[in-house]
Amino acid sequence: MSDPNDGDLVLEIPTDIQAIAGTVDYVMSRCVTCQSHARKLNLNFRVGLTEALSNAMMYGNGHDPSKNVVVEVVMSQGCLQATVRDQGTGFDPTLVPDPTLPENLSRSCGRGLFLMRELLDEVSYNDRGNEVTLVLRLESGGAFEGGAQA
Amino acid sequence: MSFQVSKVNDVTLIEVEGQLIVGNRQELKQGVLEKLEGGDLKFVIDFANTGYIDSSGLGVLVSLSKKIREQGGELRLSSLNEDLRTLFELTKLDTLFRIADEKEQALEGF
Repeated sequence: MSDPNDGDLVLEIPTDIQAIAGTVDYVMSRCVTCQSHARKLNLNFRVGLTEALSNAMMYGNGHDPSKNVVVEVVMSQGCLQATVRDQGTGFDPTLVPDPTLPENLSRSCGRGLFLMRELLDEVSYNDRGNEVTLVLRLESGGAFEGGAQA
Repeated sequence: MSFQVSKVNDVTLIEVEGQLIVGNRQELKQGVLEKLEGGDLKFVIDFANTGYIDSSGLGVLVSLSKKIREQGGELRLSSLNEDLRTLFELTKLDTLFRIADEKEQALEGF
């Protein structure tokens, strides 16, 4: 775990789903410049980071405790960016079906990526598909609070 | 996360305290399934003391609802805060569950 500079944070954590909530809480506690945007932090960013970590540990690293997940967070006054990278072979996010379609509503999985896309301004993957970057704009005109597009 | 189970008439009321997330969802699932296997059919899960449910937690609720329906029962939810309501609305799970503002309303007429 290291803090490269005042506004950034880099964490390397072992694959352990029990550690996700604590990791997210720690990152949120470090977002001191974002505290005036409490709802975006507590809903949009919390959901996005939690889902990214879950996907990385469960699907990317396949629950393998010998594999790690790297989280890099860049904080600034108007923007919060988190990159989550696993040690898996990657996946194609375009193949994940829309969980809100009637035929998928009763499925017990497949909502994580959807929620990330709904609640963050930008969600992008590297070519390999083992690294996701989340961007949440905190100034007005950016993302949205409560699921309503601004 | 912890949860308290009580019986109100013939309805099993489960009051969840804390976050329902990937790291603890199986505990709730197991607790409800044990009651279902014991013959209970009417369930209310109350989230008055729950700040956050992640996609795995949502998935467990969907899975439980399906299993309970297969046995001829019903799972109702209550007391979602604003953020939780947003998650249910975004995922359209508000169309899958009967969601009451308070547990008393969920228990009413069950």
